[in-house]
Amino acid sequence: MKDHRNPRRRFLQAAGGLALTASPLSAPFVIAQPAPLKVGLMLPYTGTFAALGNAITNAFKLYVAEKGGKLGGRSIEYVVLDDESEPSKAVDNAGRLVNRDKVDVLVGTVHSGVQMGMVKVSRESGVLSIIPNAGADAATGGLCAPNIFRTSFSNWQTIYALGKVMVERGHKSAAWISWKYAAGEEMFKGFKEGYEKAGGRIVKELWLPFPNVEFQALITEIAAAKPDATACFFAGGGAVKFVKDYDAAGLKARIPLYGNGFLTDGTLQAQGASAQGIYTTLHYADSLDIPKDREFRLNYAKTYKLQPDVYAVQGYDAAQLLDVGLRAVKGDIKAKGQLVAAMENVTIDSPRGRWKVSKAHNPVQDSYLRQVVGEQNKYVAVAWKALEDPARGCKMTA
Amino acid sequence: MDPVIFLIQVLNGVQYGLLLFLVASGLTLIFGILGIINLAHGSFYMVGAYLAFSLTERMGNFWLALAAGVLLAVALGMALEWLVMRFLYPRDHLYQVLLTYGLILVFEEARSLIWGDDVHGVQVPAALDFSIPLTDTLSYQVWRLVMSAVCLAIAAAMYWLIQRTRLGMMIRAGAVNREMVQSLGIDIGLLYRVVFALGVALAALAGMLAAPVSSVFPGMGNQVLIISFVVVVIGGIGSVKGALVAALLIGLADTFGKVLLPQLAGMVVYLLMAAVLLWRPQGIFGRT
Amino acid sequence: MGRPLQILLVIGLIALAAFPLVGEKFYLQFVTKVMIMAIFAISLDLLVGHTGLVSLGHALPFGVAAYALMLLTPEYQAAGFWTSLAVSVGVAGLASAIVGALVLRTSGIYFIMVTLAFGQMAYYYVHDSKHLGGSDGKYIYVRPALELFGWQPFDLEKPAHFYYLALALLVLVYAGMRVLLAAPFGRAIAGIKENEHRMRMLGFATFRYKLACFVLAGMLAGLTGWLTAAHDGLVNPEMLSWHQSGQLLMMVILGGMGTPAGPILGAAALKALELVFQGWTKHWQLVLGLFIVLSVLFVPRGLAQLFEWRRRRG
Repeated sequence: MKDHRNPRRRFLQAAGGLALTASPLSAPFVIAQPAPLKVGLMLPYTGTFAALGNAITNAFKLYVAEKGGKLGGRSIEYVVLDDESEPSKAVDNAGRLVNRDKVDVLVGTVHSGVQMGMVKVSRESGVLSIIPNAGADAATGGLCAPNIFRTSFSNWQTIYALGKVMVERGHKSAAWISWKYAAGEEMFKGFKEGYEKAGGRIVKELWLPFPNVEFQALITEIAAAKPDATACFFAGGGAVKFVKDYDAAGLKARIPLYGNGFLTDGTLQAQGASAQGIYTTLHYADSLDIPKDREFRLNYAKTYKLQPDVYAVQGYDAAQLLDVGLRAVKGDIKAKGQLVAAMENVTIDSPRGRWKVSKAHNPVQDSYLRQVVGEQNKYVAVAWKALEDPARGCKMTA
Repeated sequence: MDPVIFLIQVLNGVQYGLLLFLVASGLTLIFGILGIINLAHGSFYMVGAYLAFSLTERMGNFWLALAAGVLLAVALGMALEWLVMRFLYPRDHLYQVLLTYGLILVFEEARSLIWGDDVHGVQVPAALDFSIPLTDTLSYQVWRLVMSAVCLAIAAAMYWLIQRTRLGMMIRAGAVNREMVQSLGIDIGLLYRVVFALGVALAALAGMLAAPVSSVFPGMGNQVLIISFVVVVIGGIGSVKGALVAALLIGLADTFGKVLLPQLAGMVVYLLMAAVLLWRPQGIFGRT
Repeated sequence: MGRPLQILLVIGLIALAAFPLVGEKFYLQFVTKVMIMAIFAISLDLLVGHTGLVSLGHALPFGVAAYALMLLTPEYQAAGFWTSLAVSVGVAGLASAIVGALVLRTSGIYFIMVTLAFGQMAYYYVHDSKHLGGSDGKYIYVRPALELFGWQPFDLEKPAHFYYLALALLVLVYAGMRVLLAAPFGRAIAGIKENEHRMRMLGFATFRYKLACFVLAGMLAGLTGWLTAAHDGLVNPEMLSWHQSGQLLMMVILGGMGTPAGPILGAAALKALELVFQGWTKHWQLVLGLFIVLSVLFVPRGLAQLFEWRRRRG
């Protein structure tokens, strides 16, 4: 006997039923306990940035565990979503977390294109949002908002200092290569600004679509152009492959490779000998002489049997920043004004060093020069002290 | 462009093209002989790459892993044909498209369950892990040359198989007239199973060979799939010779496109396909 | 179409009309998207189910219209309702006319492939272009607005208003399609699907009919593109990809090609199943994939086949 009911209605009912069972109505009834704070983690758990998503999640949870499982007196309930680094699904995914799962805080993400979708949803809904990685300049620039904070960097900030470093080391001409998406293009702009200001000249610009890793033809082009050095931006799986391919093509010795730290953070074990000696700039390094860093690295390694990287530090600080805000309002997430004010005025005691929140809600931090030695990005010097993103177009800095 | 650089880019293009040939040849056989549009063909490429990754780790030797991987792929092909594919022969192309699209999802998630979602690298076998200098700045990875050599060897083997063996004769006959072959008393069921398994194995082998240079990552089958279809259509459905010519053409077009016309690089391959389809729909070596 | 199906469609319509009164924002937006997809599926079904033209490039007019809206929308302001709608649909129709004039010269598997080729060309053009937003796409921050002498009859920023717009358009398109298919034009394309050669022998200019269908389907796809871009506030090259075309084809085949309610059933089923399966497991695509495989094997004529128990097959 076939089912004659309208399947569409049947599905809608089933979907509605599922939504109800997933809602807080089914939460266990406990007396006199504040409801858990819903933290939405929208990060990549698949694809070239999966390791980054995992590192951020691990470190965030580590901080919460260090504080006894509570932030600002409230226990934390996680709603985890894999954004697959897909900008086309970003608005849908963020919308689902905010409108259906009703998260109190939105934490994410890694990919700058996806971030722009999240920023759109954050601005429309007013949900407190903390960005633990994506450096899209606009998030604390033209599209800055009181409820959006970042504990990582702006794309510009990670690579601006590299130009000066390269010129000081005698490389007056450079080739650039990166993925052609929002982050890649912003990295290029930041690099170009810093490099040309220091007297350098970009002789070749090479792009390939994200997340393509077929570098062969373009590496051949770099060799043909014969620049003094190559500057690039790659991260995650792509960074691993590029460094190896660059070395296999014999270019590493003749045309030194530079980049911002994402090229060598979290990737050194896979890159092996190919990465040795590469200089990068970033707001974190593996051998910082900071007590908080030593403590953090010990705890992280003990808990996860892995070495932490810059992504983990950013995730850790995201939890820290949230904690600061929540403690100031005694866990009442609805006291938005007070919450935001507390978060704006804090100095974060981070494994990377102490940093303050800029008016546009981005970290003001030192940019370190690091070199790959063994399986570490060893600290060499401070490439730029207290580097602050210019926050072009942000109305909050007015 | 510097002549040496030009030659190196040609080498790059040929290497990419030969790899495409491996994948596309399987697809063109399945399409031409069995008459099935198999959208899941890219998934076999991915399976091959992931097999290379875990088998090399397990067995410690890349070549052993390759052999084991090919055997597993053949088994997978036979099983898949028997379980699912043979119900598609009488069906309209549309249903084949739909069902194999469902298979892509199944394979992708199965991969996620078995191997997880990270990106992985596969080490080039130690004996071949070096580069030969070609200019004063640029070296070429020997492994890429080995890959191309293997692809050429397989192309030769396929030529011998199709032109000089009984099986090949049946394949050629089946491509021209399926019904006639059936009425000649040949066990068409077994023939189809063998051909399908061959197609799967070719795609998986391509994935295994490419794994050291392309990395192993989720969704790696998608790009290969669509380009393979382009190769098959341009070369002519059912023609292995056509697949070789078309694959080389596309490998070169793609490589030089990236370098000379980066703005239009992505479109080049499809412009080529559209042009061929509008001028000679059956492809370069296809039958009318 | 049998009585029971007619009654069910009417009940469905009433339920849809009443839903905004009880539904909350997320589900309102979800059903809106389902209705928009249903229009999209109806447009493809005109080609696939009624004319026998299997296009794997139907995302092209869809995406072109969406990008047209994006280009017409000033940075933080609304585009004009009628202007943007007319331009988007018009551009989609024009693109379809140009592509159609070329691709309709092929048939069968070659037609499928060449429509795919054009779709991919458009995808890569947009994907690789900087001024169109590249792989990240671009945002539409304000939805189109309609102003008649200073009065706004509706505000599309409100989910309920957008919902009713989508519903009204779905009903219009559905009704229009029924009328068109019952008219001589509809008979002609049915004949072309059955046996084009015979129709040509009978004196029909089959190429013109096919082209007209292609353009009409393209314009409806354009309407869908305009609605989707306005609703989501985002345009992205993925809207032009073969995945989009492929998923749409799934909806049409799954629902039942060439049947009145088929496209709507297919769109609703696929979207709802996606939502339901996503709630079950992280690996929901596995379940969806298995569902598709099993449906093809056991319910080959699509979900609409489930309603055929009373229909007399002619």
